[in-house]
Amino acid sequence: MDSKTVDAGAVVLCAKRISKSFSGVQVLFSVNFELRAGEIHALMGENGAGKSTLVKVLSGFEQPTSGEILLDGKPVTLPPNGAAEALGIVIIHQEFNLADHLTVTESLFLGREVTRFGMLDRRHMRSETRRVLDQLGSHVDENAMISSLSIADKQMVEIAKAISRDARVVFMDEPTAVLSREETNFLFRQVRKLRDKGTSFVFVSHKLDEVMELTDRVTVLRDGQWIKTSPTSILDGESIAQLMVGRELSSLYPAKNEPDVDEQVMLDVRSLSTSYVQDASFEVRKGEILGFSGLIGSGRTELMEAVAGLRSRHAGEVVIKGETVLSGDVHATNRCGLAYMTKDRKSKGLLLNSGMTANLTLQSLDRHGKLGYLNPSSEAAALVRARRRFDIRVRDGSIVARRMSGGNQQKLLLAKVMETEPDIIIIDEPTRGIDVGTKQQIYHFISALARDGKSIIVVSSEMPEIIGLCTRVAVMREGRIVGVLEGDEISEQEIMRYAAGLKKKQAA
Amino acid sequence: MSVNEETRDIRRRSWRDIDLRAVAPFAALALLLVVGALVNPNFIGVTNLANVATRSAFIAIIAVGATFVISSGDLDLSVGSMVAFVASVMILFMNSGVIADPALMLTAAVVFAVFVGGACGLANGLITTVGRIEPFIATLGTMGIYRGLTTWLSQGGAITLREPELQALYRPVYFGSILGIPVPIAVIFLVTGIAAFILYRTRYGRHVVAVGSNSDVARYSGIAVNRVRTIAFVIQGLCVAIAVLLYVPRLGSTSATTGILWELQAITAVVVGGTALKGGAGRVWGTICGAFILELVGNIMLLSNFISEYLIGAIQGSIIIIAMLVQRSLVRKS
Repeated sequence: MDSKTVDAGAVVLCAKRISKSFSGVQVLFSVNFELRAGEIHALMGENGAGKSTLVKVLSGFEQPTSGEILLDGKPVTLPPNGAAEALGIVIIHQEFNLADHLTVTESLFLGREVTRFGMLDRRHMRSETRRVLDQLGSHVDENAMISSLSIADKQMVEIAKAISRDARVVFMDEPTAVLSREETNFLFRQVRKLRDKGTSFVFVSHKLDEVMELTDRVTVLRDGQWIKTSPTSILDGESIAQLMVGRELSSLYPAKNEPDVDEQVMLDVRSLSTSYVQDASFEVRKGEILGFSGLIGSGRTELMEAVAGLRSRHAGEVVIKGETVLSGDVHATNRCGLAYMTKDRKSKGLLLNSGMTANLTLQSLDRHGKLGYLNPSSEAAALVRARRRFDIRVRDGSIVARRMSGGNQQKLLLAKVMETEPDIIIIDEPTRGIDVGTKQQIYHFISALARDGKSIIVVSSEMPEIIGLCTRVAVMREGRIVGVLEGDEISEQEIMRYAAGLKKKQAA
Repeated sequence: MSVNEETRDIRRRSWRDIDLRAVAPFAALALLLVVGALVNPNFIGVTNLANVATRSAFIAIIAVGATFVISSGDLDLSVGSMVAFVASVMILFMNSGVIADPALMLTAAVVFAVFVGGACGLANGLITTVGRIEPFIATLGTMGIYRGLTTWLSQGGAITLREPELQALYRPVYFGSILGIPVPIAVIFLVTGIAAFILYRTRYGRHVVAVGSNSDVARYSGIAVNRVRTIAFVIQGLCVAIAVLLYVPRLGSTSATTGILWELQAITAVVVGGTALKGGAGRVWGTICGAFILELVGNIMLLSNFISEYLIGAIQGSIIIIAMLVQRSLVRKS
C-alpha cells in the first residue's frame, strides 16, 4: 500500500451524525464521513442508499435535518445553491449543468467572467480555458459550442470547470458513466495529479473496478446508514459488493443458455446503412442473447435505432419474423414484435413528471380498452403485475418517476417495454448508473426472458456485462460490425482487439 | 408489498397528495364569488351568474381547445382571428342563398362552419409540424392571415346576416334555453365533458400529455408525435367553430374587429386553470373555471364603482401574471 495515503493530511471536510429527511421520509440516519486532504474517497452504495443525498448535504445543496458539518475542524453551515464553491467545495453533477448555447470558454467562466476595465477579457479567458483543457489532455476546442460536443466532451468540460475553480474538495457523481476507457484514464491521471497536490475527491461510482483502481479509501452506505470506511487496498470488489448489498452475491450473472443452431431466426438485418453505420448485417435467433460491444461512438445505438425504426436508414433490409419492415416505421416494427429500450431513461425513456401507471402503459395503450377508450382498472392491474414481476419497490404508489431511484426507474422502463409483449427486445445499456443489487436482478430478468423464447440484443459499454450475459457478441467500430465472437472467443481482450481496430473479420 | 400497505398507500394519497395546483383555480373562483357578493348583493343572484356564464361561453369553449394545444406543448395565437374568419364565411354562406329551405340552410351552414374551423386548425397544425415552424411564429402568421381575410371579405366594414327567417330560426341557439339552462351554458358543459373524456380517458389524451411532457419519450414510445400535435390544432379549430356557432346568432354580424384579443383571454383561462404553459399537463375543468374567473372579474368591476371598467384589459393581464406566480410557488412547495 502506498504509505502516503495512509497518513494523508488533516481532515478537510467532516460530517458528524448527519441525518436528513424529505417530507417525513428519512433518507440519512446519523451518517459519519470524513475526507482528508489529498485523498480520493469512494462513496459507494446501492441506489437509494443515500449517496447522492450525502453529497448534496456536504456541498450545501441540501441542509441536514440534524448533525453538523466541519470544514477544517470548524463547524460550518454551507451556503446553498452552489455558493459553497467559494469555500472550494465543487460538485460535478451527474446531469450536466451546461448551457447549450454557450461556448466552452463561456461555460468555464460562467458567473465569474474576467474583465478588464469593465469589458470581458475574452483572450485571457480563452487561453486559460485552453490551459485547463490541455492539462486534462482533452482536445475539445475552447471556442466550440456546448451543443456541438459529445456527451464525453461535455463531461470533460464539467471537470475542467471544477479544476479551474481551484477546488479543495471535488465531488464527482458517476463521472465516468459516459466516458470511454481512454477518456477515463485521462481523467484518472488528472485526478491523481491533483490529489498529489492536496485536492480531495469524493468519487461516487457503481464501477467497482474503477473504485479499486483509483481510490484511497472507501465508505459504504446502505439504506441511509453508514456501514464501513476502510482503505481500498484491504478490500476487493467482492467484499465491497457484499457490504453494499448486505448479503452474499451468489453470482452476478445467471447461467448462459445457448439456443439451438436451427432455432428460428427472429430478426434478420441485411447490409443496413445510415449516415454513419455502414453495411451492418446480423441475425438473432429465438431465445438468443446477442451482445453488441464497442467503444462509445462506434455506432451501436444508431444501428439499433435504425433497426427499431426510430431513425431512417439509407440502405439495407430489416426482416422481423420473415416480414420486411419499412425504414423509419416505428409502428410497423412494434407491431411485428420488436421493441427498443433506450439507454437514456431520463430524457427518452420515462415521463419524469408522470406517475408509474402513465409511464408503464404509454407504449401499449391499445391493450387497455377499445376504440381509444382507456380502462383505468385494466391499467391499474397492469401496474400491480409489473411491480410484482419486475420487483419495483417504491414506498408510495403515486410517486412520479422523477423521484424514483435509478434502479427502480430502469425496472419501470423495462416493464414499460415488456408491456408491448415483444418477441425481440433491444436493450441499450441495461444497467447504466444503477447499483449492483439491481444489476443482478436485471441480468436475471434478461436471462429469464431469453429462456422464455424471447430474442434479446444487449448493447453495453460494460464488458463484464456483455461477457457474462451473451452467447454471441458483435463488436462495432466506426459504424461497422468488425467481428462476431462466439463461445470461448468471448473475452475482454478479444473484444478489445476488435473494438480498437487491431483485428477484423467478416460479420456473420 | 402487502395488501395492508397498499391500502395505506391509497389512504395517504387521498389525504396528503391533493394537488394544490388543481384545486387553486376553484378556490379562486369561490373567493371571487364571495367578494362579488360583498360588493353588490345583486351579484350572487342566479340571473346575474347565468348571464356571466353565458357571456363566458365563447372564451370558455375556445380555451378548451387551447388546453389541448397547450398540453401538447404548442401554442395557438390565431384563435381570435379564426373566430372572425369562420364567423364571416359562415354568414356569407348563409347570405348566399344557395339553399332555399331555412332549416336545411342553417344545418348546411353549421356543417360548413365546423369544416372551415377544422381546416383552419389543420392549417395551423401542418405549418407547425410538417413545416417545422415554432407554433408561436406559425400561428402569429395565420393570425394575420385570418384577420386579413376577414377584413378583405368585409371590405373593412361589417358582414351581417340578412335573411330574417334564418335569424329567427338561429336566434335561440344563443338566447334560448334547454330545461331552464341557457343553451350556451349547456354547450360549455357538453364540450368540456367531451374534452375531459378525450383528455383523461382515451389513448389520444394520454398521447397529448406525453408529447407535451417530453416529445422524445413519446417518439421512443412509438407515438406519432406530429400527428398528435396536428390533431390538437384541429381540435382547437373545431372548438373555435363551436364558439362561432354560438357567436353568430348573438349579433348576427361580424366585422374586422371581431374576436380581437380573444387569444389572450383563452390562453389566460387555460393558465389560470392550472395547465402548465410548457405542456405536459392539461386541466380541462380548470380551464372552464379560468374562463368563468375572467368573466366574473369583469362583472364585479362593472357592478362595483371602485374601478373603471375601462381597466378590464389591464386587470385580465394582471391575472395571468398572478396565476403564473401562484402556480410556481405551488410547484416549489410540492
